Amino acid sequence: MAKQLYYEDVEVGGEVTALKKIATTRMLVQYAGASGDFNPLHYEEDFAKSLGVGKPIVHGLLKRAWLVNLMTDWIGEKGGLKKLSCRYRGMDYPRKMKTFDDPHDGDTWYCKGKVTKKFVLGEESLVECEIWVENDKGEKNTTGSALAALPSKAK
Amino acid sequence: MAAFVVTDGLKQLIGQKERPVVFKIEEGAIQRYARAVGDSNPLFNDIEYAAQSKWGRVMAPPGFTGWPVASGFDMFKLFEKLAAAGAPMGLLDGGVEYDFLAPIGDGDILVMEIKIAAIEGRETKMGPTMVTTLENTFTNQRGAVVLITRNTFLNF
Repeated sequence: MAKQLYYEDVEVGGEVTALKKIATTRMLVQYAGASGDFNPLHYEEDFAKSLGVGKPIVHGLLKRAWLVNLMTDWIGEKGGLKKLSCRYRGMDYPRKMKTFDDPHDGDTWYCKGKVTKKFVLGEESLVECEIWVENDKGEKNTTGSALAALPSKAK
Repeated sequence: MAAFVVTDGLKQLIGQKERPVVFKIEEGAIQRYARAVGDSNPLFNDIEYAAQSKWGRVMAPPGFTGWPVASGFDMFKLFEKLAAAGAPMGLLDGGVEYDFLAPIGDGDILVMEIKIAAIEGRETKMGPTMVTTLENTFTNQRGAVVLITRNTFLNF
């Protein structure tokens, strides 16, 4: 694992270590199987058209999982994620597959976050973050917040 | 355009609870999920590494548990019930809120209770939209509430 983050290392306004992600049609199939979310909106062109979203879209829950990944990587094994919430504000579209393994060019997403607050509550040293997923164009289609407990060097 | 008008049939569903679902957290399912979302954290992927950790077992990434993962609950049946009461057919996920109250890992047996917490009418860019909030509470085999989730769905 990466080195452990401590409460004392964090400053309000500081950044959460960003995470780069892509989504392909194959990944959406894999996510559907692993999660049980078989909504045809994520793999059926005509169905997506009939709902007015144009073509199959990336699962909101997959983008949410990227945000969890962002936070758990950053807080490390001694940190604990206490709360996370996010809203899906816009559609994101997966890259199509060119070969079994390689996708065509397409969007890339960046999971990012900023520390908005740090405080001690009882025994716990807590940090609050604003988090989001941003596409190549800088659009934040998924936005949310997270609360995490971090270990303290003082203990 | 106008806000969606919540029918009396839909209003009657507010506060209703679904039959609780019991399910087991399994390391294979956790590994498949972690791979699918591209999370390479060894605690969620590596059986030997996780066994040596302070938890001693493969742990579920936050958010693994909840709709729809591995709970055996057929959410689409609930959507059909809402549709029968007048919900529009278009369906999108609006967002989610989690309170992670205790770690969840391989071998845990959870009871999931689902409640229709709210149904509201709004106007969104999709047109008149019904916004449903489900509140789900997960209790483990020791009787501890380990997770509360609030999912928002949009019907339009």
